[in-house]
Formats: sequence, structure tokens, C-alpha cells
Amino acid sequence: MDELLRVRGLRLQFRSMRGVVKALDGVDLTVHDREIVGLVGESGCGKTITGLAILGLLQRPQAEITGGEISYRGEDLLAKSDKEMQDLRGREISMVFQDPLASLNPVFTVGHQIGDVVRIHKGVSRRQSREITLKALAEVGLPASDETLKRYPHQFSGGMRQRVCMAMALACGSPLLIADEPTTALDVTIQAQILRLLLRLREELGVAQVIITHNVGVAAQSCDRIAVMYAGSVVEEGPVVEVLSRPRHPYTIALYECLPHGHTAAELQTIPGTVPDLISPPPGCRFHPRCKHVLDVCRTTKPEPVQVGGRHWVSCFWATGQESGTHDREVVS
Amino acid sequence: MNLLQVEDLTVHFHIRRGLGKKSVDTVHAVDDVSFAITEGETLALVGESGCGKSTAARAVLQLVRPTSGAIRFLDQDLTGLNSRRRRKVMRDAQVVFQDPYSSLNPRMTVHDLVAEPLKAQARMSAMELEARVLSLLEMVGLGTQHLWRRSHEFSGGQCQRIAIARALALDPKLVVLDEPTSALDVSVQARILVLLDDLQRRLGLTYLFIAHDLAVVESMAHSLAVMYLGHIVEQGPAAEVFGGPRHPYTVALLRSSPSPDPEERGTMKVLEGDVPSAVRPPAGCRFHPRCPFRMDICTTEYPQPHAVGGRLVSCHLPDDFDTSETGSAVLV
Repeated sequence: MDELLRVRGLRLQFRSMRGVVKALDGVDLTVHDREIVGLVGESGCGKTITGLAILGLLQRPQAEITGGEISYRGEDLLAKSDKEMQDLRGREISMVFQDPLASLNPVFTVGHQIGDVVRIHKGVSRRQSREITLKALAEVGLPASDETLKRYPHQFSGGMRQRVCMAMALACGSPLLIADEPTTALDVTIQAQILRLLLRLREELGVAQVIITHNVGVAAQSCDRIAVMYAGSVVEEGPVVEVLSRPRHPYTIALYECLPHGHTAAELQTIPGTVPDLISPPPGCRFHPRCKHVLDVCRTTKPEPVQVGGRHWVSCFWATGQESGTHDREVVS
Repeated sequence: MNLLQVEDLTVHFHIRRGLGKKSVDTVHAVDDVSFAITEGETLALVGESGCGKSTAARAVLQLVRPTSGAIRFLDQDLTGLNSRRRRKVMRDAQVVFQDPYSSLNPRMTVHDLVAEPLKAQARMSAMELEARVLSLLEMVGLGTQHLWRRSHEFSGGQCQRIAIARALALDPKLVVLDEPTSALDVSVQARILVLLDDLQRRLGLTYLFIAHDLAVVESMAHSLAVMYLGHIVEQGPAAEVFGGPRHPYTVALLRSSPSPDPEERGTMKVLEGDVPSAVRPPAGCRFHPRCPFRMDICTTEYPQPHAVGGRLVSCHLPDDFDTSETGSAVLV
């Protein structure tokens, strides 16, 4: 499997009225050809920012990448000009967003909007772009007819609108799709349809995907690998079955135990404290003020990702100290 | 004992073109819905958006006028009461909404928000009022340092705690929880669920819990009513419904929610189609256009709810029919 996307140690900050928001602090993410990777975490952990940073969609100078690398098929995306990035978006990497109604233009027909994308990226005639649009609609399970092309976004249901967005994202044959909470605005039965579609797109068109989601269930059912984010850092990354059945990072463990799945409310575990303010994040490991297993070293030093199994990385002094069987403050620090 | 009993509740909304014009269409939001809640228990109304679960709850709270049907709360028929009597009875029914940022007045302090229902309804001295506000905040786990802050200074979970304190101010018997955790992150959701469960035990509260997330419902509910397009398709004790759902829609709903358990990968099933419009709902069983076991009778005749064990199921399929194969598999 070829490596498609590689993000290493990505650090990013925003300037705001209140100060500098250290939004990302060490994001590592690897996506191989035909692979579906879930980026999981709670609101404000930086999942969406990571997606936008990959596509170069963050507004400068408010957003500033202060470290790390993003490469796509070996090419450094951070070194590319705006023009080059624009050419790449939609042709190589595409994105679909949470709210399909907000990401479609209400005054143009669906056929017009998808056709625009095709003509801009492929430089083809109107007739050819129509053919390509119809094919894209069929691929996402919408009726490939003139009638569909002539409809406006409001004439579709939520699930169908998300399909339209996917058709637009994939019309130019992007090998990588970043789907930001693609099912969050949808009902469960429609969510299941969209998840099936994402898996089919991989089977039939070989589309690799980054699925950004807060829903551990969505990641568990649709991804090959997941990366768990907390307060701007990826704390654990690995094969989905391995990470969810044997989580190593205290945050992953705590997050999993918060899920009501099959528990009564009285049995639910909770995480004490709240997510830190990223203007003045805690030093060392950002999870340490809420961590059950906090060690002295966690308060001062940021843990680096350590491999604990086949393609399974954890950034945690406690988890990796325990792994070597020498779980002892002295040894770890 | 049933604290709340809803019989044949129907709520229709008329669509009018222009002011004062006659109605051109009717939205069948809730049709012939009956349920009851035992005192001290939780009944969950579940279903997808537009199925009428919130409308049913709003009708219970007298926030929308039912088209027909009876609502008995604390042994009084609410439909026959005049507004003064109703106001008195409805003190005992309070509500917590989904989005705490829009349900709390941003210009009011926490103190005023929690004191407002007490000032409106309870006759108490200023000192009693202050003491009550403090004890309510403590009950929901908010410290006194928050007393003079406004809602924008709080996180979603804290706002929901304020909304809960407000709902509990008048010592209600019934609390309607309309998607109380849907806007929250899972770690915050867990803490609110633990709080709600604890309050129910301590205060003997009865909950009408509206939700779309079945895992949340499973952790909270004693009994369950599943709604689809204005009808209840299946209701009964939660353990029974979760353990062996009977109605094909209940099966589909359970199977389509993604389990976080990696052992259960590949068990997810997909139900085809979209929810039809409630303006002109399908004839017969409203689920028939999406049902994989559709029979001729389903397209013409509404299946009356009938008892299967401790449950009521509205389906023409024989009771011993195996509905477990509803939906097609998701490729994994």
C-alpha cells in the first residue's frame, strides 16, 4: 500500500482578540491508498482544523502553521502556492462537510454546481461535463437523470443532499476524500446509508478517506484505522479494532467508558474536569489535569508517539511505561 | 400508578397559504398515540426527526393544542381545565430542551434564571428564595461562584445543568427531557446522564425522555415507545424491546445505529429509502414503503396495536415472524 497522505507533528495557531490559540499541537496522521482513517475526538479538539489545514483552506494570517509537515504523495503541501493548492483541491483531495444544505448554493441547480467543478478542474466542454456529472450522481446512488440535474438543493432530503456533496467531491476522481462529520446532521437510518456509500466508494472507486467524527460508533463501523485527538494533539493512532478493544491512552480509555452503549446511567464513567482553554493550554501532556494516571513527567514534558504494536502509536508516558513492564515513576522520568 | 396517561392523542397542523386563508394541507404530526408513564420511571419516546416525538411531548406540556385525544396528568384531564387550573397543575410538569444556549435567556444571570420560576409560581420570602436557588444549584453540581454569571460564560454541559436546576425549581413530578444531551459531547453527555439518573432516584422524578440516540435511551429508560411518522409502532418495557424488537422499524433502528464495540463490526444493517412527508402520509401502515416484509394488507389497512408479551406492536406480521433479517448489510 502506497502512502497517500502524511501529516507529522503539525502545529497550528490562531490569532484572536484574547490571545494566541494554540489549536493544534502535534497532529500525526497517515493515510494509505484505499484506506479509511477515522479522526475522532470531542468538539474543539482540532479535528476539523486538521482537515482544513490539509486542504490549505485556513485563512492567513489569522491561522499560522508553526511546525510540522503535510505531504501528499511525497509532495510537500505546505510549500505549495495558493494557485497550486486550488488546482489540487477537488482533483486530488476533496472534502465534504457536516451540513450539506450550508455547503450547497441554494440558487443554482445541482447539475450546474457539480458541472462547474468538473469544467474548472478538467477543462472539458459542457456536454462532457454533463456526462461526468451524471456518472458521479450514479456513483453516489442518486438517479442519473436530467431531472436530478435540474433540481435545487432544497428539493432534496438531507441524506440526498449529502450524496450530492459527495458527487461533487468525487466528480473529478479524487483519490482522497476528507469527510467532516458526514453523517452528524442525519438520522440514524440515513446515516447507515451514507456510511455504506462511503465504504462502497472505497470498494468500487478505491477512494481513500479521512472520516472526521465525534461518534466513536461511526469510526468503529466504517474505518480501518483511527486517530484519537484531544485538545489539538493526536494521542493515539492505530488499527480500529486494536485501538478500541485495547485502548492504551487514558483519554481513549475514558472516552470509551463514557459511551452509554450497553450500560445503565448509574454505571457510566465520567472524565473529571473540562477541556482546557487552548490560549493557555496546560504544559506537558495536555490531558494531564484530567488524567487518572498522571505522572510527574506528564506535567512538564509533552510525550512523543511511541509504537506499542503493529502500526499502533500512543503518546503517553504512563501507557508506554506500563508497556515495557517497568511502570514506575523513577524509570519513566 | 400512572402519573401521566395519554390516550389517542392526535396533533395536526394546518398549512395555510397567506394570512387568514383557509388551510390547504394538513401535517399529521401525531396520530392516535397512546402511552402511560408509571410514577418514578422513565418512558423514552424515540424515533427519527419528524416522527412527532417532540410534538407529542409539547402536547403533554400543553404547549400545543391537541387536535383530539385525552391527556390525564395527576388524575386530571388536562383538556377540560380552564387556564387558571391548568397553570396550577402544570407546575408539576417541567421541561429541559435540547439546546441550552437557546433555551436560557442570555441577559439573565444564573441566579435570576433559577429564581424566575420560583418568583412566578411559589410564594416565598426573599430569604427562602435565595436558599432555594443555592440548594438547586448544589443539586445539579454548580458552585455558588457561578451565581452571577450569564449563560454565554458556560459550557454546554454547565448550561444544561442550569436548565435542569430551573426545571426542578418548583419540585415537579414530571420532567420532559427533550433531547437533553444531543448537543453535548460524549464525555459531557455521560455526566448529564449520571446527574439525571441520580436526581430521579433522589427526588422520585418521572421522566418523559425524548431522544434519537438509542444507546442513550437504553441507559436511561424503563420503558420505550418507538415512533414513526406520527404513530407509535412498538412500545413496552425497555429491556424487552431492546432484547427482541418485534416491529421491522424497531429492528431497523436498532441495527442501523453504529456500535462502538469493535467486536460488532459488520453487524450494522441499512434500511432503504427516506421518511415520507407527514403532509400526505402513506395509507395503511405508514412504514410500508420502506418495510422489507410488506404485504398487501399493509398498504391499505392501519395495523391496530396488539399485545405481544408485555408489549404493544402495530404490525400485520404474525407474532412469530422472524424480523431479525431487516435491512441489508453494510460492507466492511
